[in-house]
Amino acid sequence: MALGFLTAKTLGLGFRARGAAPALGLGFGQSRSLHTVELPDLPYDYAALEPTISAEIMQLHHQKHHQAYVNNYNTAQEQLEEALNKGDVSKVVHLQSAIKFNGGGHINHSIFWQNLKPSKEGGGDPPHGALGWAVDQDFRSLEVLIQKMNAEGAALQGSGWVWLALDKESKKLRVETTANQDPLVTKGANFVPLLGIDVWEHAYYLQYKNVKPDYLKNIWTVINWKYASQVYENEVV
Amino acid sequence: MASSPATLLLSPGGRASQPSLPLASHGLRLAPLNLPRTPKKMESCCSGNSAKVIAYYGLTTPPYELNALEPYMSKRTLELHWERHHREHVESLNKQLRNSSLYGYTMLELIKVTYNNGNPLPEFNNAAEVWNHDFFWESMHPDGGKLPWGGLLQQIEKDFGSYSNFKDEFMHSALGLFGSGWVWLILKREEKRLAVMKTSNAICPLVFDDIPILALDLWEHAYYLDYKDDRETYIRNFINHLVCWHSATVRIVRAEAFVNLGEPKIPVA
Repeated sequence: MALGFLTAKTLGLGFRARGAAPALGLGFGQSRSLHTVELPDLPYDYAALEPTISAEIMQLHHQKHHQAYVNNYNTAQEQLEEALNKGDVSKVVHLQSAIKFNGGGHINHSIFWQNLKPSKEGGGDPPHGALGWAVDQDFRSLEVLIQKMNAEGAALQGSGWVWLALDKESKKLRVETTANQDPLVTKGANFVPLLGIDVWEHAYYLQYKNVKPDYLKNIWTVINWKYASQVYENEVV
Repeated sequence: MASSPATLLLSPGGRASQPSLPLASHGLRLAPLNLPRTPKKMESCCSGNSAKVIAYYGLTTPPYELNALEPYMSKRTLELHWERHHREHVESLNKQLRNSSLYGYTMLELIKVTYNNGNPLPEFNNAAEVWNHDFFWESMHPDGGKLPWGGLLQQIEKDFGSYSNFKDEFMHSALGLFGSGWVWLILKREEKRLAVMKTSNAICPLVFDDIPILALDLWEHAYYLDYKDDRETYIRNFINHLVCWHSATVRIVRAEAFVNLGEPKIPVA
C-alpha cells in the first residue's frame, strides 16, 4: 500500500520487524517477518497544547487510546499471520475489520500528533509558500477552508475524522471525512493526508463536553501548518 | 405504511395521537417505574380565521432523579447526556420537521421512513436518537442489575443457553463495536427469539423490524466522564447494576402480543 509506506516513511511510524519466523508448511522456503507497530512519542509535552487541549485529554488519548490501537493491531496481525499459514480463509476475512479499525487508528493518530504544535512554537501560524497558495487557489482563503472543515467535522455523525487531503493526481486540495478509524486512503488511493482532525468524542469531551464546534474552532490555534506544508511539498514538487 | 403495533406502543415521546397503553391490564406491578411524561410544546399561530396548531416533540424526562444512578452513572453525565445531547436531538428534529412533508408522522413511522432502506434522510439521526435515548433511560433503574426473572429469564435461557451466556454475549458484542453506537437485546420477529445486536451511530433495531427489549448507549459521551477509555467497566456496571429487567419484562410482554413465543409462557407474573 503506497500510502502506508509513505506515512511510515514520513512519520517514522514505529514499524519493527519481529524475529523472522520461517514460514511453515508452505514449502517455498520463503520467510516472512511480522512488522509490529509501536506507540510513537509525542513531539511535545502533554500539557503543551493547553488551554486548547488539556493535558488530561492528551495523556489519555495518547497513552490509552492510541496504545490500544497499537496493541490490538499487533494482536490482529499475529492472528492474521496464523490464519494465513493455516490457509483459514474465513478467519483471514473476519480479521479485516479489526485490522482496518486498529491499523487505521494507529495511522490516524500518528498523523494527528504531527498535526498539532504548541502555539508558542508556531502552532496556528498560517501556511506559507506552496501550500498557502494552493489553499487560496482551491478554497479562496484559509478562512473558507477552516469554515468548511469545521462544518463537516461538526456535521459528522458518530465517530470519525475530517481531513485536508491532497489528491496526488490532480494536485488539488480537498476536504474529506472518514467514519470511525477509517484512514484517508479508504476514500481513494490518490489521497495524501495533510491534516487530520480527530472528531471522536474522546478527543474533546472532558474539556468541551457536547460543544464540538468550540473544539473545532479552537483547535486551529495549535495546528502545525509547517508539517502539512512539508508533506504537500514532498508530494507536489 | 404498516407500522408494527408492538413497537408503536413502545415508542415514547410520541404525539398525542398515539394510543396510550393501559399497562395495568397486564396485571404487572409497575410501581417502581414512573412512566415518562411527554411534555409537548404547543405553538399556535393564527392566520386569518383558522388557527393552526403545531405540535412538537418534547424532551422526555428519565424515570428517576439524575443522581439516582450514581455511582455507576454520575449526575454530571446524565445532566449532559439528557439535558444537552438528548435535548439537542429533540430540538434539531423539531426544527427539521417545521417545514417538512414528514410532519405528522408518528415517531416509529418517521424512523422507518427516514432510514430509507439504509440511505438515511437528514431527519433520521435526530429522530432515531430521540427515540433511542428515551428507550435507554427506561432501560436503566437505580435498583437495577440483578437477574431477570420469570418468563423473560426462561426465554433468555432458551435462546442463549443461560443468563451467564447472554451476559457474555452482550459484553462481547458491546466491546466489539467499532466507533459510536448502541448494543441491544432484541426480539427477532421472524425467528421468534431473543438476540444481541449492535448498531452504528443512531441506527436502532426498529429499522430492521426487530423489537428492542434493552438498549445500552456506547457513544463515548455516555460514559467518558465516568469511565474515560474503560468501556469494559461501563458495560459491566450497566449489566450488573443498572439494567432494568422490569422494563425488559414489560417490553417483552407487549411484544408477545405480536410474536408468538410459544413455550415458555411469558410472563409468569
